[in-house]
Amino acid sequence: MRLAILDHGHGIRAKVMFVLIRVFSGHPVVDAVKLAFYRPSFYRAGGLTHEAMRGPSDWSVAERELMAAYVSKMNETEFCIVAHTATSALAYNDAAKVSATLADLETAPLGEELRATLRMLGKLTRENHVSADDIRTVLAAGASEQQIKDALAVAFAFNVTDRLADVFDFAVDDPAAINAGAKYLLERGYR
Amino acid sequence: MSEIDSLHRSLVARVLEGEGQASPEIRRAAFDNEGLAEPLRTFVDKVAHRARMVTDADIGSLKKTGLSEDQIYEIVVCAAIGQATRQLRNALGTLGAATGRD
Repeated sequence: MRLAILDHGHGIRAKVMFVLIRVFSGHPVVDAVKLAFYRPSFYRAGGLTHEAMRGPSDWSVAERELMAAYVSKMNETEFCIVAHTATSALAYNDAAKVSATLADLETAPLGEELRATLRMLGKLTRENHVSADDIRTVLAAGASEQQIKDALAVAFAFNVTDRLADVFDFAVDDPAAINAGAKYLLERGYR
Repeated sequence: MSEIDSLHRSLVARVLEGEGQASPEIRRAAFDNEGLAEPLRTFVDKVAHRARMVTDADIGSLKKTGLSEDQIYEIVVCAAIGQATRQLRNALGTLGAATGRD
């Protein structure tokens, strides 16, 4: 972490919780958790991220985790790519589908509405804007207006998180910790 | 996801107007990526557009200007939320135009 306060500046309750996490999970506390518990009265985006990733939607949890991984791939944010690749793979029970999507969106075994949505999210993430034609293409592929809004909420959450992970220099965890984190995110979500 | 709008509004209000150590003016300027003096101007633009290129030296140069870690933390959070908010507003506006609901 580039800011020492994010490693060591937490209040006593957070510090006690970190000890419990280390003892009961057997893994170090990941940097995303350290950020989430630093001055929660200021940032505290967990509620929004949880609603985007686990709230009611016609997109499945696996599909939204894939969107998170794809947006993170566009931003080249290693921490979030590996975390949400693992979470999506676990939710789909299909690691090959997720890796194929990140390798080549156009040939991956996905429904057309999801492929078109990911393409639009990718453009928004890289170029910061989309055109009416980009949106019409997603609608024509079968995604509803509400599904587009839901996907944009996922993209918002990860366009924030990716920037914070990059600027604060989140450490990429070892595979065992990444898989434990993926299991936790599926069981408990982001709050 | 009917709650996203209100969750977004309260998140933005919290980081811009809530209790913090950076001034509300600096936080707003970081959110807008506009109106900042160097070296913050270049740093905030990097957070918005090339976050993965931020280095230890970038953070070090901000500390040399007298900014505390908490102030830098708040500025980064505001810059990240600001850029993602501009993306979201663009896409929702375009969606409204494409579906004739704007």
